[in-house]
Amino acid sequence: MAMHLPLEDTLGLNLLAANQHQADHNREHFDSWDLLCLNVMSSPGAGKTSLLERSLAALAPEFRMAVLEGDMTTQLDAERLEAVGIPVVPITTGRACHLDAAMVSGGLTLLQQRLAPASLDLLWVENVGNLVCPAEFEVGEHRKVALLSVTEGDDKPLKYPVMFREAHCVLITKTDLLPYLPVDVDQIERHIRQVNPKAEVIRVSAINGEGLDRWHAWLRQQRQMERASPHSHAHQPHAFART
Amino acid sequence: MHEVDMTKCLLLSMQQWRQQHQPQTPEVQQVHLQVGDFTCVEPDQLVFTWRAAIQGSWLDGAELAIETVPLVGRCLQCNSTYTPRVDQAYRSPCCDHPMEEIVSGRELRIRSVDYTLPQPISGPDRSALPTP
Repeated sequence: MAMHLPLEDTLGLNLLAANQHQADHNREHFDSWDLLCLNVMSSPGAGKTSLLERSLAALAPEFRMAVLEGDMTTQLDAERLEAVGIPVVPITTGRACHLDAAMVSGGLTLLQQRLAPASLDLLWVENVGNLVCPAEFEVGEHRKVALLSVTEGDDKPLKYPVMFREAHCVLITKTDLLPYLPVDVDQIERHIRQVNPKAEVIRVSAINGEGLDRWHAWLRQQRQMERASPHSHAHQPHAFART
Repeated sequence: MHEVDMTKCLLLSMQQWRQQHQPQTPEVQQVHLQVGDFTCVEPDQLVFTWRAAIQGSWLDGAELAIETVPLVGRCLQCNSTYTPRVDQAYRSPCCDHPMEEIVSGRELRIRSVDYTLPQPISGPDRSALPTP
């Protein structure tokens, strides 16, 4: 009998299976609590926190909400959002460049010390500012929202296509700055649609309020859709689910 | 450097696979991965972090063999496949259509493991089993 018989096992397993299991587990919790979880991603400084400040204030009469805040090094963002009266749980990421499902699970445990998640309608996960890494790490969200500010240039959707491909909704932010910039916002939108023709693309400004009504209408619609069929799992919108 | 976290995920999967072979510890020669071009993974970075992570562990010496999978799109206008290119904004060259369907390129997969079992397998000698 051969001592060192060469063997081969076929696994055919998702490289990120460990993260995926935890993400699926998180989503099962979200579904049992009947809440919609949004993963908000962008490069640093694209305006995630400013937009959340506006949107949380506008939606507070309508929805019960909480935020899991993945800002990398400071408590500043959390303080800005708590000022609006929404519970914010800072997730300590150390120096990680993205949130993973285990970190969000840890954040949920902290959140449960403050409130019963089943009382929530919307759970916001503000990811670490980065256009690359967060795109590959699902945290259990129902919808991915990507932000791109007009100051970042129209090439970014083509340069970081995975993020924009994965997003269900892309918000083009800081449109109040357009009069001062040599940038073609139509070209930004075209480039987003090249890599993701199915995404909802909305132009917004947290300063003058442009587009916020449309953005909030989209959120209401997603909330209703998820309540109507919580297990439809639109989180794989493009049918390239990993095996 | 999300490749570090990807390596951690990979090691967890390898650990689970190892448990299938208990009480033996398989000696792993190669782990075969498929990594699509339309992912955020840098294969060289993954190999680098893998080598650093397995030093001194039961996987020490195991090589990571990465097969890259090209990005292929399907033009929904004419149903032909094409290679989306960034300088063409990922549009189909045949019909100038946006990149709607991705046929391949999103793979992040552990395909297979090459290994040997250092000790003879205990229990009945399989060669002695009657052939059907």
